[in-house]
Amino acid sequence: MDESVRKSVLAAVPSLRAFAISLCGNVDRADDLVQETMVRALANIDSFQPGTNMSAWLFTILRNHFRSEYRKRRREVEDSDGHYADSLKQQPEQHGQVEFTEFRKALAQLPSDQREALILVGASGFSYEEAANICGCAVGTIKSRVNRARTRLAELLAIDGVNDFGPDEQTRAVLAGGE
Amino acid sequence: MGQLTMSSEEERKPVGQQKPMESAANRKKSEVKPAKLGREVQARLGQQLRAMYDDVVNQGVPDRFADLVNRLDGSNKDKH
Repeated sequence: MDESVRKSVLAAVPSLRAFAISLCGNVDRADDLVQETMVRALANIDSFQPGTNMSAWLFTILRNHFRSEYRKRRREVEDSDGHYADSLKQQPEQHGQVEFTEFRKALAQLPSDQREALILVGASGFSYEEAANICGCAVGTIKSRVNRARTRLAELLAIDGVNDFGPDEQTRAVLAGGE
Repeated sequence: MGQLTMSSEEERKPVGQQKPMESAANRKKSEVKPAKLGREVQARLGQQLRAMYDDVVNQGVPDRFADLVNRLDGSNKDKH
């Protein structure tokens, strides 16, 4: 394997893991997904066009593999709360973990097409065009999915996390005035 | 003299009218607030999303994957 290819594949691993965990909500399963992605990618490394974005290529493989394989276990995967609780227990204790738990729970409630679009654009740092290529859809579709995901997420977190996303001062004043 | 008093009262009138104008401005401000809050929420969502994502990214490359690449690379070399 070319040293530069090897380096760029390894360099993409941290972000691939973050994407995979966001997709399937389970660290062990996500790592299996990344491993299967890398096996596939390296077996087909000849189809990678040098000079193009290695990261985007790997994300595409991972996303397609997730769609085809993990959809079969969809009911299990999207059985959100219990599953998420389990997956989060497996993660090392880190500050802010509680915050992420709430956030991940909300993220898990989004339709998967909205979730992947939001992650690719909002966290992985891909452009709308790159995200559209990865997901095999139109740029406009990605934009609308990202917008819907943001709106839904804000709604979900406003309900669940009163302290962080709850009533603004004005609403509190109205509530206090009612007492 | 009387005229002077009159005129000064008249001058005061517009000053007094500033009150309703102020409250109109306040009303406008409060009407704008939900949209502003929306942007703040969007910004916070973005921050949380990236924080959650970067939390994993910062874990780097687990040995499992470095080993995997070495193994696959090795088996490739054996083939060729």
